[in-house]
Amino acid sequence: MPDDSGHIVAPTGAEVSAGQPMVKAEQVWKSFGKLDVLKGVDLEVMPQQTYVLLGPSGGGKSTLLRCINHLELINAGRLWVGGELMGYRQKGAVLHEMKARDVAKQRSHVGMVFQRFNLFPHMTAIENVMEAPIRVQHVSRKQAEAEAEELLRRVGLGDKLDTYPAQLSGGQQQRVAIARALAMKPKLMLFDEPTSALDPELVGEVLDVMKQLAVDGMTMVVVTHEIGFAKEVADGVALMDGGVIVEDGPPLEVLVNPKEERTKLFLSKVLA
Amino acid sequence: MESSDQYDGQVAPAESGLPAPAAARPESIKAVPIRHWGRWISAAIVVYLMAALVYSFITNSNVEWPTVWEYLFAPLTLRGLALTIELTVISMIIGAAGGVLLAVMRLSDNPVLSGIAWVYIWFFRGTPVYVQIILWANLGVFYPKLIAGLPFTGIVFGSTDSGTLVSRIIVPAILALGLNEAAYAAELVRAGIISVDAGQNEAALSLGMSPTLTMRRVVLPQAMRVIIPTFGNETISMLKTTSLIAAIGGLEMFGRLQAVYSQTFQIIPLLVVACIWYLFLTSLLTVSQARLEAYFGKGFGEKEAEAAEKRAARRAARTHA
Repeated sequence: MPDDSGHIVAPTGAEVSAGQPMVKAEQVWKSFGKLDVLKGVDLEVMPQQTYVLLGPSGGGKSTLLRCINHLELINAGRLWVGGELMGYRQKGAVLHEMKARDVAKQRSHVGMVFQRFNLFPHMTAIENVMEAPIRVQHVSRKQAEAEAEELLRRVGLGDKLDTYPAQLSGGQQQRVAIARALAMKPKLMLFDEPTSALDPELVGEVLDVMKQLAVDGMTMVVVTHEIGFAKEVADGVALMDGGVIVEDGPPLEVLVNPKEERTKLFLSKVLA
Repeated sequence: MESSDQYDGQVAPAESGLPAPAAARPESIKAVPIRHWGRWISAAIVVYLMAALVYSFITNSNVEWPTVWEYLFAPLTLRGLALTIELTVISMIIGAAGGVLLAVMRLSDNPVLSGIAWVYIWFFRGTPVYVQIILWANLGVFYPKLIAGLPFTGIVFGSTDSGTLVSRIIVPAILALGLNEAAYAAELVRAGIISVDAGQNEAALSLGMSPTLTMRRVVLPQAMRVIIPTFGNETISMLKTTSLIAAIGGLEMFGRLQAVYSQTFQIIPLLVVACIWYLFLTSLLTVSQARLEAYFGKGFGEKEAEAAEKRAARRAARTHA
């Protein structure tokens, strides 16, 4: 089964018809009580693209990511993943809330990696990776185990299969978390500051896995402060602040020759 | 397990060897340890006083040791003991199942479910269990007949005489103890659930797990670590609370011994018998609690090799099957 090309996954996006974006946000608003966190965000991520969201804390990047897989409900606007409206069903002009089971089904196609890993501490690395395929997709235990083993090997953890998260370093835990999300064969991967909780020495091993995923053609939306990663890997970059996208475009434009003062200010602080 | 080039096709580098220290490890420091004279002296005094206390208790003729021995393994005591254990086990099973159900209801975003759970807990925690036992035993007084049917419509599927239902003492006893325990267990299960990091819930949901599956596979197993010590406490408490059913003529161990000493006035020796058995049973419970804690502490100290072995065994079992 394994080919030794170094691929972690097969390319995604085949299920989206040509020219259709994988993620499309249209005037998305999100508020927590009186506080507006997203104020009319438009976003388009094409299949097999890596899209990086940059910006200061509290700018709405993580909230946007959490809205994309419906961990947060949006208050206005529309949000599609793979051409499907997230969390709602549209009948004519009327939106109907989806049942928890249907939302879960939508989420199973979107992988998410968290800043604080959120591995299940009572399961070993391989059990973490096998859990959702077995319980959600009803894959046989044998097949799930073989696929999990292969995935963990490909993120460099072939010798840590039976290790509990507490005995793994932060970088290793995050790589298990990536493998766990990939095990569901998602069409889209969301990364919420995946390296922010890591020792500086361990950031590289996680970024390497993500770079390989980008090369493999995975569609990814990444919230990060790693400007280098954005320059090297991203197809599109957006700077978010105050709940809006201040500037977006190809990384070489936004990161090297920014037009907006806000972007210049942000970059000067991050790169200083 | 794999060849030396097992890192082929991997993205992350293998962990390299650690740098070597400049010299071999030196000898450990030898120092005169602190002498804890105060501890030795106070321990000696405590031992001396305890010895005196135990001696005076053992040699106290009012304890009537021969009577203690006579009743310790008497059929009457053992039969009562069986009922005590039976009541404890059944009540705790009802309590645990009801407690998990109520806790999940209480945390549900369905206001009807959480409201029902709130009222249940409010009532059963708010009235003494002693009163509840007597109330259940007297069910026949305020509801002579129990009718299954649709209220206000006159449609009746069946009915039973509640007097007969509660005439076997064990029925009202289990109802009172089990339903009361469920209210307490609900709060401790809820505390356990709340203690699990919210990120766990999100991680499970983001994998497409339904809220029910998330609760069962991710949240509850972790909540158990917090729940078990307190639940052990509740079980020990229940073991002793069963003695209250003596109030409705229940013949558990203490009820029977009480019945005897009210006739024979061998009060002290029979109380000693009861204490010995309660202490013995709580000791057993303490040991099994420690075992359970170790089980649910998985991932917080279990050896890696053990997990690898278990998985290999499962895999072997599958290939043979």
